[in-house]
Amino acid sequence: MSESTDTTETTEAAGAAEAVKGGSGTPPGVAGYAVRNWRMLALGALLLLAVAAPFQLVPFRVFQLTMVMVYAVALVGLNLLVGHAGQISLGHGAFFAVGAYSTAVMMYHWDLPYPVTFPLAAAVAFVLGYAFGVPATRLRGLYLALVTLAIAIFLVPLLKRFESVTGGSMGLTLEKPEPPAWTGLAQDQWLYFLALAGTVLAFLVVHYLLRSRVGRAMHSVRDNETAAEVMGVRPASYKRRAFAWSSMIAGAAGCLYTWTIGFVSPDSFTVNLSITLLAGIVVGGLGSTWGPLLGGLFVMFVPSWSQDINKAAPGVIFGLLIIAVMYVAPTGLAGLAGRAAHWFNKTRSNRILRKG
Amino acid sequence: MADFVQQFVGGLGAGAIYASLALALVLIYQFTGIVNFAQGELAMFATYIAWTFIDAGLPFWLALVLTLAISFVGGMLIERVIIRPVEGAPELTLVIVTVGLFIFVNAAAGWIWSFLIKDFPNPFPGGALQAGGVSLAYSTLGVLAVVGGVMGLLYLMFRYTKIGLGMRAVATNPESARLVGIRVGWTLAFGWGLAALVGAVSGVLVAPLLFLEPNMMGGVLIYAFAAATLGGFDSPLGAVVGGLIVGVAETLAGSYVDFIGSDLKIGVPLAIILGVLLLRPQGLFGRAVVERA
Repeated sequence: MSESTDTTETTEAAGAAEAVKGGSGTPPGVAGYAVRNWRMLALGALLLLAVAAPFQLVPFRVFQLTMVMVYAVALVGLNLLVGHAGQISLGHGAFFAVGAYSTAVMMYHWDLPYPVTFPLAAAVAFVLGYAFGVPATRLRGLYLALVTLAIAIFLVPLLKRFESVTGGSMGLTLEKPEPPAWTGLAQDQWLYFLALAGTVLAFLVVHYLLRSRVGRAMHSVRDNETAAEVMGVRPASYKRRAFAWSSMIAGAAGCLYTWTIGFVSPDSFTVNLSITLLAGIVVGGLGSTWGPLLGGLFVMFVPSWSQDINKAAPGVIFGLLIIAVMYVAPTGLAGLAGRAAHWFNKTRSNRILRKG
Repeated sequence: MADFVQQFVGGLGAGAIYASLALALVLIYQFTGIVNFAQGELAMFATYIAWTFIDAGLPFWLALVLTLAISFVGGMLIERVIIRPVEGAPELTLVIVTVGLFIFVNAAAGWIWSFLIKDFPNPFPGGALQAGGVSLAYSTLGVLAVVGGVMGLLYLMFRYTKIGLGMRAVATNPESARLVGIRVGWTLAFGWGLAALVGAVSGVLVAPLLFLEPNMMGGVLIYAFAAATLGGFDSPLGAVVGGLIVGVAETLAGSYVDFIGSDLKIGVPLAIILGVLLLRPQGLFGRAVVERA
């Protein structure tokens, strides 16, 4: 996975390198600034589009986009673990479910106001992730995969068992968060903005985390565990932290899910959810900034389109795509887009250099 | 007491099935260092093939032989076509590819045979052997005998045949094996074929007990993982012993611990995996790995 470096870094590095090559002609860093400005503009346009969307679309589309963002948050968490720390989880749906059920229980049984449930649900998922991470991350990534798969399979009967708390197979039905009167928004639009805020928060947290000492340590563990250990980075400690944070973000996504759907039941959180999430992040792009968003679009829309062909069609497509992506484009859709953008930047900055 | 023995024997029967799938997992892990997450699904697919033959009117044992042959070839093909391009890739890539295979095979079976459950005939006679208040179903005896037989044949093959020797050589040191003229690539493919065959046996054994449907092996797979973790991922003997222990532990926990009951039994493999990782990560019969930079 050594080639799956962050797209931002590669383009920036390329920009800087080209600026240096430019030497006397161009002032140093011009190409770099150009690339960065261009990226900021694109980001601003995307945000603007995201804010405008719920006012232009019918409620059903707004709901679908809300779900895309819910999945994207979960995938941000999974990407941190799989893409950046190089560990694999086959049970992230379980931590998603923990967040969703914590939120539901807090709102249904304890009547807590919904904004409070967000940090609490994330905290519960964090603690559980840390607890399971202790034994699972002592060894190679394989064992984490086994443990997480076992957790995902165990969760459904566990949820059905504690009927008094979880509502058993029937699940819990809740009131969705009402928009405050001053906003003048409809409920679906309000839920959309809650999910948007959650998504931006998750992206920012991971963005700054990866630019810290911790992020670099995680990358070193991913790229060469033995070398990382020799350099004084304790692999088990960083794997455990990556797993706990990643569970925390999945739990936050679960909370957004409960708000959006207003209903939780064990059968929404089977092992299939975990596997779908893994498929989403692999296809979206492991270790890339935009992979989770593309993955969210993928897991939301591909099953609903392909289900018309056959009930099994989404599985066939997911399976084949996962294998194909691992062969030809290990950084997924985002990697392909990044490569295209890189190529575009290169040709453009070449033009600048030639002019100078 | 008789009740306890009864439960114990029942546990051995369940354990034998887990052992056979664990054996398939260990076979592949030994040679290629890959844990094949699709192993259970391949077994399920093979069971569907057997069902198709039986449904077409073939006698059970003939259908079984044909299924095993197809599984063997299919396993080799999968190694050649799907696994070969990522041979030697990081573990993450390998796990993801086998998970992709898992999803694909599961959905393909649903596409071909639909998601409706199917009855699968039990090859063993109904009745039970009565001894001292304990009844031992012939089907349990049959399962134990088949798994014991498979284990014995594998042992004989590894110990006394040329290809078995070659496989052990590849498992120990692929480079040296290649230098002395062993065709490593084909040996790996042979290992996958063998694992698919052993997996098919476990699928055919489990199908009469559960119902045949695309998600049949999901639960069994997790027990097999627990068995392989307990026995050590690089030890075939460990897989069988681990499988029997897991089967007995699960059955006893289900019937004697009220809190667990029949619905939370699936938590037993999780507890076993976590316990082994905490106390003896290499498993009972496994070797601890020392990593060199």
